[in-house]
Amino acid sequence: MSTNSNIAQDDTAVAQEVRELILKKYPAKVARKRAKQIIVNQIEDNDQAPEIMANTRTIPGILTMRGCAYAGCKGVVLGPTRDILQITHGPIGCGFYSWLTRRNQTRPKTADGTNFMPYAMSTDMQEEEIIFGGEKKLKKAIEEAISLFHPKAIGIFSTCPVGLIGDDVHAVAREMEEKYPEVNIFGFSCEGYKGVSQSAGHHIANNKVFSKVVGQIEQHVEGEYRFNILGEYNIGGDAFEIERIIERCGMTLHSTFSGNSEYEEFASAHTVDLNVVMCHRSINYMADMMEKRYGIPWFKISFIGAEATAKSLRKIAAYFGAPELMEKVEKVIAEEIYHVEAVRQEVKARCEGKTAMLFVGGSRAHHYQDLFTEIGMKTVSAGYEFAHRDDYEGRKVIPNIVVDADTRNIEELTVEADPTRYRPRKTAGELQQLEQREHMGFNEYLGMMAEMKSGDLIIDDLNHHEAEVLMEKYKPDIFCAGIKEKYVIQKGGVPLKQLHSYDYSGPYAGFRGAINFYREIDRMVNSNVFRFIKAPWQKNPELSGSYAWNR
Amino acid sequence: MQTQSVKLHTVKKTAPSFVSTRNACKLCAPLGASLVFRGIEGCVPLIHGSQGCATYIRRYVISHFKEPIDIASSNFSEATAIFGGADNLRIALDNLTRQYRPAAIGIASTCLSETIGDDVRSYIEQYKAANKGVEIPALIYASTPSYRGTHMDGYHEAVRATVISLAAGGPRSRRLNIVPGFLSAADLRHIKEILDDFHFSYTMLPDYSETLDGESWSDYQKLSPGGTPVASIRSMGQSVATIQLGGSLASMDTAASYLQETFGVKAVTLGIPIGIGETDRFFGALEEMSGRAMPDKYKKERGRLVDAYIDGHKVVSGKRAVIYGEADFVASMASFLDEIGIVPALCATGASIKKFKEIVSSGLSEGHKDIIIRDDADFEDMLEICRSIGVDIIIGNSKGYYLAKNLSIPLVRAGFPIHDRIGGQRILHVGYAGTQQLFDRIVNALIEHKQSSSAIGYSYI
Repeated sequence: MSTNSNIAQDDTAVAQEVRELILKKYPAKVARKRAKQIIVNQIEDNDQAPEIMANTRTIPGILTMRGCAYAGCKGVVLGPTRDILQITHGPIGCGFYSWLTRRNQTRPKTADGTNFMPYAMSTDMQEEEIIFGGEKKLKKAIEEAISLFHPKAIGIFSTCPVGLIGDDVHAVAREMEEKYPEVNIFGFSCEGYKGVSQSAGHHIANNKVFSKVVGQIEQHVEGEYRFNILGEYNIGGDAFEIERIIERCGMTLHSTFSGNSEYEEFASAHTVDLNVVMCHRSINYMADMMEKRYGIPWFKISFIGAEATAKSLRKIAAYFGAPELMEKVEKVIAEEIYHVEAVRQEVKARCEGKTAMLFVGGSRAHHYQDLFTEIGMKTVSAGYEFAHRDDYEGRKVIPNIVVDADTRNIEELTVEADPTRYRPRKTAGELQQLEQREHMGFNEYLGMMAEMKSGDLIIDDLNHHEAEVLMEKYKPDIFCAGIKEKYVIQKGGVPLKQLHSYDYSGPYAGFRGAINFYREIDRMVNSNVFRFIKAPWQKNPELSGSYAWNR
Repeated sequence: MQTQSVKLHTVKKTAPSFVSTRNACKLCAPLGASLVFRGIEGCVPLIHGSQGCATYIRRYVISHFKEPIDIASSNFSEATAIFGGADNLRIALDNLTRQYRPAAIGIASTCLSETIGDDVRSYIEQYKAANKGVEIPALIYASTPSYRGTHMDGYHEAVRATVISLAAGGPRSRRLNIVPGFLSAADLRHIKEILDDFHFSYTMLPDYSETLDGESWSDYQKLSPGGTPVASIRSMGQSVATIQLGGSLASMDTAASYLQETFGVKAVTLGIPIGIGETDRFFGALEEMSGRAMPDKYKKERGRLVDAYIDGHKVVSGKRAVIYGEADFVASMASFLDEIGIVPALCATGASIKKFKEIVSSGLSEGHKDIIIRDDADFEDMLEICRSIGVDIIIGNSKGYYLAKNLSIPLVRAGFPIHDRIGGQRILHVGYAGTQQLFDRIVNALIEHKQSSSAIGYSYI
C-alpha cells in the first residue's frame, strides 16, 4: 500500500514537472487555457477525477490533431455503412480526402450485395456554383446516383461553402424524395466550420440517422437475445471478430452503428432489446434518443482487450438473464481465453514494464490501455483528440458542463416516447435489480480518468510542442496516435502505433484481435531498427571533428 | 520524330456525360500550395479556413511522403465564417511566429475564406503595419480556393505568389532559376545533381527533396531541415533565366512569366524530362545555357537506357496503356511510352484543361489514330473507356489500384499520391536515370503479369 502511494507520488512529481515545462513556453493567455486542459490525474476514493477542460476550440496556429464536422459526420459515423450512397456536396477536396481513408471494412451478405464504400461521389463545385448556387448540380448528382446505383438511401454531406452560399440540402433532399419516393434521401449540415472538431459531425450524423432512418422498417430478422452495438466502426475488421464471438455465444447482433452495417439494419434497429455502447463520444446521443423514444436500455461495454471482451459478454448475458446463455458465454470465454493466454504470456515476458502513451479519438485512448495492461505495459500519459468532459470524468459531470456557443450551434433533438412503439424492455424494478446485482451501469460511463492511476498526465487536444516535451521527458516505448503524428514521433526513434487506421493491420477487437495487438506491439517495441537512429559518430562525439574532412 | 500533326481520335460520348465527379482524379488547390510552402526553407504553411482542411491535407500528404508535415490552420468557427477571418489569421500568425520562429509563413486560402470574400491581402498589410519595427517572418499569400482548378493550380499559384512576394531585381547574375513542378523528392535531388554537374548556380523553387524525404533525427526538429532559402528566392529576379518544367505552363501566368515580365529573366518552358526525347531536350537546353557539353556520366546513362530499350522492346511493343494524373506528367509519360512502343491508349487528367489534347499530342509520333485524350476525367470515366478500348497496363498513382482490380491488369505506380506502397517520394521519374527505372518497372510488371497469369510460367525473357 505504502509502496503504491510512493509510486503515485513519484509519478505525480514527474507529471507536474512535465506539465510546467509545457506551460512555460506559452504566452500567458494560451498558458491559462492549456493549464485547464493538462491535468495530473488524482483519483479520490469515490472515483472522483479532477476537472479537465475539453471540447473547446483549438487556438489558431497551434498544430492540432483534430479534424472537422464533415470528417466526423461523413468519414466516421456514416463512412462504414455500405449501402447508403454518399454524395459530398462541395468542391473536390473533401470528397477526395474522405475516400476510403479511414479503412473501414465491410462484408456484404451475398457475393453480389451492394457496397458503395470504394466509391467517392462529389458535386465537385466550381466557381460558377459558388456564385449562382449549387442546388441544381446537387439535384442532377442525385439523379445520376439513382440511375447508376438504385440505392435504398442517399446521404448528402455539406462542406464549408454550402451553408454560406445558401444551398438548402434538406430542401433538395425533400424535393428529390418526392420525385423518387422509393429512395430515402437526407442531408447533413456538417459544414467543416461547425463545432470545434469532428465531434460536432458525430452529433449531426446521430440526429439525422435517428430521425430519418431508425424506425423506418418494422420487420426484422428473428433471433434470440437481440441487441445493437453502437459506436463500433470496423477498422481493420474489428466488427468481423466481434460478430464471430457474439454468434458463438448464441446471441443476435442486430445492427452495428456503423461497422459492417447496412441501411435496413439501421432502419429496424429500434426493434432490439438492448443497446451497448463502445465509443461513447461518437454515439451516446443515439443511445439516449433510442431509449427515450423506444424504451431500449443501454450500457457501456468495450471489446478492446481480452478481459474487457469477456467482461462485456458477461454483462450482456446477465442483462438477458437466461442461465443457458450465461453458461454458453462462460464456455466461449474459457475456450477463447485459452488461446489468448498462451500468446499473452509469451509477449508479456518481452514487454513487461515498458511504457505507452495514447493520444487519439474520443474513446480509443481509454480502451487500448487495457490491451497494454494485459502485456504488462504501463500507460503514463493519455488524452483525447475530440472528446468532451464526460469522456474523461464520467457522465456524472454532464449537468455541470458549460455549453458554449460552438456546442449551442449543434442541434439538440427533443425526443419523446413514441406513442405506439415505446416499449420498456425491463420494468423499473428489473433494471434496479440488475444495477444492484450486476453493476450494469445503465446510462453510465465512468470515463478514462477514473480508470487511470493517480499521477498519470492527462492532456486534451495534444499538440506538437507538447508531444515533443512528452517524448523528451517520458521517453515512452510506444506512442499511439494517428498518421499526422506518426512520422514526427518515429523520427525521434519511438515507434508510433496508429489507432485510427491500425497501420493497415488488425483486427484488434475481441479475443483474436487481442492476440494480433500483443504481437504487433511486441514487434514494435522490440524492433531492432531503432538502434540505428544514432550513427556511430553521434555515440562517440570525440570522433567527430577530429578529421579534416569533418570540419 | 516529333510532330504537331497527329490525328486525334475524338471520343464519342458513348457513355452519358456525368455532372457529378465519381472517384476523382484530382486533389484540391491548397494541397498543392502547402507542398510548395514546405519546399521553402523554414516556411510553415498556414491554411486560412476550417481546421479540417489542414488536417485532411496533412494526412493525405503524409500518407505519400511518410514524413512529418506541419500545416497550420486559422481554425474558422461558425462566427468566423460570418464575421470574417481577420482575428483568426492574426492569432495564427502570432502563434506560429512564436512557436517556430519561421523564416516565412505561406498562407493558402480555402473555399471557405474565398466564399465569404476574406481579404487576406489587406489582413497581411494590417499585420505588417501592426508589427512595424518588429522582425516578422516573410508572409506569402496564395489564393487557392478548392472550387477553382486542382492541386496543380494551387501549386503553380503558390510558386508564383512566392516569387511575387519575395523576388527582387538588381544586377544580372549568372544564376539559373528552376521551377521543377510537382515531382518526387528523388526527382528534385536528381535535377539538382544534374545542375551541379553542369556547374550552374541556381535557385530551385520549391525544393522539398530534404524536407519531405529527410533523415531520422538525433534531435527534435521543429521544421524539417532543407528547402529553398528565402534569400535565394529573393535573388530570382536577377537570374539569367527560369526553366519551368511542364508544357502546359507556356500559356499560363506563372512564376517564370512574372520574372520575365518584371525583371527580364528569360522564361524557358520545357516538358518534364521523362523519356529520351524530353530528356534530350532538357539536357540540350542546359548545354546551351551553360556552354558546356553533357557530362560523360549522363551520356553513359543515356547509352544504357537505349540499350535497355532494345533489350526489352519485345515485351512492351504494341502494348496498350492507360495513364492519368497531372496534365504535364501525363504528357511526358505519353511521349515516353510512345518512344518505347507502348500505345498510350488513354491519357487522362482530372483537371479541366482546354489545351490538354494539344499538349499530349505534341509529344507523340505520327500515326496513332486510336489514342483517347481526356481532360476533366474521373476514374469511373476511365474504367468505362478502358473496358471498351482494351488496355494492358496502367501507369499512375495509387488511385489506379481501383482500375487494376477491376481490369485485372498490372499497375506501375508513379506520380502522386502513392499510399499503398513505401517509397513514393523516392520514385525517380526524370532524366535518363529515372526513365531507366520506369522502363525496367514497366517491362517487369508486364512479365510478372504474364508469369502469374500463365499456366506454364516463363522463367526467361
